[in-house]
Amino acid sequence: MGKAEKIALQKTTLLSSIEIAKHVFVLSFSRTEDFRPGQMVALALNPNEPFRLYSIASGNTQNEYRILFNIQTEGFLTPKLAELKAGQTVYISKPFGSFYGTLENDWWIAAGTGIAPFISMLESGMGKNKTLIHGGRSKESFYFADRIRALLDGNYIQCSSVLKQEGIYPDRLTTYLENLEYLPTDKNYYICGSSQLIVDVRDILINRGVAYNKIIAEIYF
Amino acid sequence: MEKENLFGKTLTELQAIVADLNLPKFVAKQISDWMYKKRVSSLDEMRNISKQAKELLAEKHKVSFTSFSNVQESMDGTKKYLFPVKPMQFIEAAYIPENDRATLCVSSQVGCKMGCLFCMTGKQGFQGNLTSGEILNQIFSLPEFDKLTNIVYMGMGEPFDNLDEVLKSIEILTADYGLGWSSKRITVSTIGIIPGIRKFLNQSNAHLAVSLHNPFEAERKQLMPIENVYHLPKVLDEIRSFDFNNQRRVSFEYIMFNGVNDQTRHINELARILNGIKCRINLIRFHPIPGTPLETSSNETILAFQAGLKKKGIVTTIRASRGEDIFAACGLLSTKELVKQQKNEEY
Repeated sequence: MGKAEKIALQKTTLLSSIEIAKHVFVLSFSRTEDFRPGQMVALALNPNEPFRLYSIASGNTQNEYRILFNIQTEGFLTPKLAELKAGQTVYISKPFGSFYGTLENDWWIAAGTGIAPFISMLESGMGKNKTLIHGGRSKESFYFADRIRALLDGNYIQCSSVLKQEGIYPDRLTTYLENLEYLPTDKNYYICGSSQLIVDVRDILINRGVAYNKIIAEIYF
Repeated sequence: MEKENLFGKTLTELQAIVADLNLPKFVAKQISDWMYKKRVSSLDEMRNISKQAKELLAEKHKVSFTSFSNVQESMDGTKKYLFPVKPMQFIEAAYIPENDRATLCVSSQVGCKMGCLFCMTGKQGFQGNLTSGEILNQIFSLPEFDKLTNIVYMGMGEPFDNLDEVLKSIEILTADYGLGWSSKRITVSTIGIIPGIRKFLNQSNAHLAVSLHNPFEAERKQLMPIENVYHLPKVLDEIRSFDFNNQRRVSFEYIMFNGVNDQTRHINELARILNGIKCRINLIRFHPIPGTPLETSSNETILAFQAGLKKKGIVTTIRASRGEDIFAACGLLSTKELVKQQKNEEY
């Protein structure tokens, strides 16, 4: 049997840091490894400190890794990540995880920064015939909306219980799913977000006849 | 500002607190003796600590336990205690007496982030980590404290998602300055967070239990999203790389789901992937939760599954179902209480 493989962190350089919305950042790093859209990386500022996991939010044909995060005020890492400047050192793992997308007509469901793995899938050319449902609180929380419209060959539904704006479903994404007249039961449903989102969406899908083995979840923890 | 509870602090932490107050170092040991050996619940009761020292401590600190707010008792003697943590937050501890043993199943978090398909706690979402004191409070506030023989960290939450506080609580349970229990009376269960497993195995001597539930990765991830992050083979490699001595045990929890993970191919795959690990498998009947698409395997199937694993040389037990009449599966009582409180809030 092989010796347990530790999640090894390698030194890399931050290429850029952009605040794309209030307290929400996209960081990009030099890319050295291949990856499958939907995978994540572990990130730390010091190899001896605990790492945190972030979905890759860039395509596998792009020359850099990008991650998307919002500052967790009581978080261990995100307040420090937000302070980083281009050229500073961070420690990053090889991509890992198996929240892989497919080329099928899947449904993608995300809230907030849970959009990250789907951005990676879109940027990797997997946007054909997909339905993407994204929940957010403000207009600016629909991260990458223009890019999504450009890359997604399918339905893009934005849901917000706070925003009242044409083109945006005026309630939570869970309400959108509950009230959908027709919800296909033969599709795969990929969900990414908080555990509460996963549990709530999964309950709705199962209640509406989707088999649990068609629901693939990536939980932020 | 709310005073900080000294209960749940390790001796090292207590020493830092008394040092900050310019009190003699031995005061920390006196405090730990009163809290953990004599189980007093106020600074006033600590008779060998000077009045001046107690006044200094009391400016910013307190010693207090939280009583349970609800208890349900099963026909079989199992009791489920509900403890309030913060407003609208509840945790559960299940007391399970059995012949010459009495086990307490404690919670490590309020709610859980892991979102396992079969778990009621997950339906609450994640509401917060428990402190070491809040974990230990479930034990120290238990009316049956003196009868306890074993502690299992298998209640609400994922212990390795709150490992530092869990490790502190284990230190207090096992250290000479604390309860001085053998670490072999303690089992901590995880769904398989690899960095946590490594740290736990290196920093404690308690037993490890891993929630396995399906040996096939593709099927396991349908039950447990964590499989997308930490794959079972790597979890097992991590365990395999650790030198378990004769005293320390690793076990695998396996909830039996009808038609999902109870077939011969699962027996064969379990035998294959667990090869080289001295372990035990605990088969558990599934207690259905509201809205679940899963059903429990029949008794016949569970017995046949056990026989199949035994034939492969794997020590396999079937965990007795306890407290079924009081919603003994973790999360049910606290979720009910949370919903009740939320409804009250709306009116």
